Amino acid sequence: MGILDKHKIFETNATVLLVGSLLVVTVGGIVEIAPLFYLENTIEKVEGMRPYSPLELQGRDIYIREGCYVCHSQMIRPMRDEVERYGHYSLAAESMYDHPFQWGSKRTGPDLARVGGRYSDEWHVDHLTDPQSVVPESVMPKYGFLLHRELEAEHIGDLMATNRAVGVPYSDEMIESASADFMVQVNPFGDTDGLLERYPGAQVRNFDGEPGVSEMDALIAYMQMLGTLVDFSTFEPDTSR
Amino acid sequence: MSTEKNKDIETTGHSWDGIEEYNNPLPKWWLWTFYLTIVWGLIYTIAYPAWPLIRGATPGLLGFSTREDVAADIAAVNERNAAIMERLADVELASLADDAELQGFARNAGAAVFRSNCVQCHGAGAAGVQASGYPNLLDDDWLWGGTIDDIAFTVTNGIRNEQSPDARYSEMPAFGELLEGDEIKALVAHVRAISGQEYDAALAATGAELFIDNCAACHGDEGKGDQGVGAPNLTDAIWLYGGDEARLAETITYARFGVMPAWSEEYRHGQGLDRAEINAVAAYVHGLGGGQ
Repeated sequence: MGILDKHKIFETNATVLLVGSLLVVTVGGIVEIAPLFYLENTIEKVEGMRPYSPLELQGRDIYIREGCYVCHSQMIRPMRDEVERYGHYSLAAESMYDHPFQWGSKRTGPDLARVGGRYSDEWHVDHLTDPQSVVPESVMPKYGFLLHRELEAEHIGDLMATNRAVGVPYSDEMIESASADFMVQVNPFGDTDGLLERYPGAQVRNFDGEPGVSEMDALIAYMQMLGTLVDFSTFEPDTSR
Repeated sequence: MSTEKNKDIETTGHSWDGIEEYNNPLPKWWLWTFYLTIVWGLIYTIAYPAWPLIRGATPGLLGFSTREDVAADIAAVNERNAAIMERLADVELASLADDAELQGFARNAGAAVFRSNCVQCHGAGAAGVQASGYPNLLDDDWLWGGTIDDIAFTVTNGIRNEQSPDARYSEMPAFGELLEGDEIKALVAHVRAISGQEYDAALAATGAELFIDNCAACHGDEGKGDQGVGAPNLTDAIWLYGGDEARLAETITYARFGVMPAWSEEYRHGQGLDRAEINAVAAYVHGLGGGQ
């Protein structure tokens, strides 16, 4: 039986069996996972993507803290019915600055990958405060308390530095001006030139309609930019991806 | 295992407290199914994208691509509708009613567009949200005009948004900064008077004068509104933000600033509605009962 007899060595020696299993799993991992990091057709570059502005990043953290991902996915699948309802299917590159990504697969509520610009800020305030007031059949809980939780810009630079540590290309300039950028994004009368230069296409306005920067401002700023960065009037999908 | 050893079958040679283990071969059907799955796996990796190479992966003989599939699905539907969608994109909306087939198609297509994009604010039945600033589209009370062309323009550009330079725009001043508290009370009484509700006659008389000075420029001397600036008619019983005293005082003190997004793909990075879809949804809304 030759080589099959050697199998006895594995079967009778637990340590050898453990090392052997590890080797087999490693080979599987290298073949299945490693190529995704270098194959050109898994790393699609698209124009328009930029890291989140400080306020949007804070809003994203609130989105994660409140567990929005438990009921809302952020991944439009390439199927006609989804494209008709939600817009262009999601591209991997659109989550390139998400740590962790918010794709999800549970849709108790609708997909939010392209919710940006679909509703007015007032609608979002009404809806987060009392979802059933605008969507009677909704089972979403109320998040009105976000309006009353004021945010400080003190630690936003740290949050960005943490994101930089895991690969988001925030520059030193971006981190230095984080607090100012954070505060000015809700003030349409402020000096927003720097913010718009660092984060092209950032939307500047008082999102919740109340003075100060509340968690509601941050969350709505995040949702209003979701899926809006890539210009699909010029995007040509590469079918090999 | 019986104590009497069956000599015909080989044992594995393992022995635990005198108990030995038969070394029976695997069942043939099992073994061959196993070999078959290996062969199937190899065929599968040849047919579908699989093996990683240096720059890309093998594309697979079947040419499988989800992106091509979804593009083909969409193209097939678009192709079936191409002729009529083109007619719908080019139609003079005002004369849409002359073409029964096109109007029927437009209203059905418009209903689908409405359900994907408009229902969250205007409600599944298009009745809006009463007294919350989301207008009812079923009645004949229009803020910015109720002809089919007006509706199409509103859908295209939206209201008071930053997306479209042509968005319908007007801004009511917050009269809390301009008038005294009792003046606002008087105005509330006047508005209740002209809308046929219970009111305080003495206050309303003062209110009528204040109305001419402060409100008539947009809402008209009689309070019948002006669709050119989106000023609502105050004499009907239809309220966008509520007609009781508290809500009226709130509206006058802080003003309102209702926003509707622009829906044309032109203002949404190629992701909004195209001309035919806008015409369709305008035909649907126009046909809901209140169209002019």
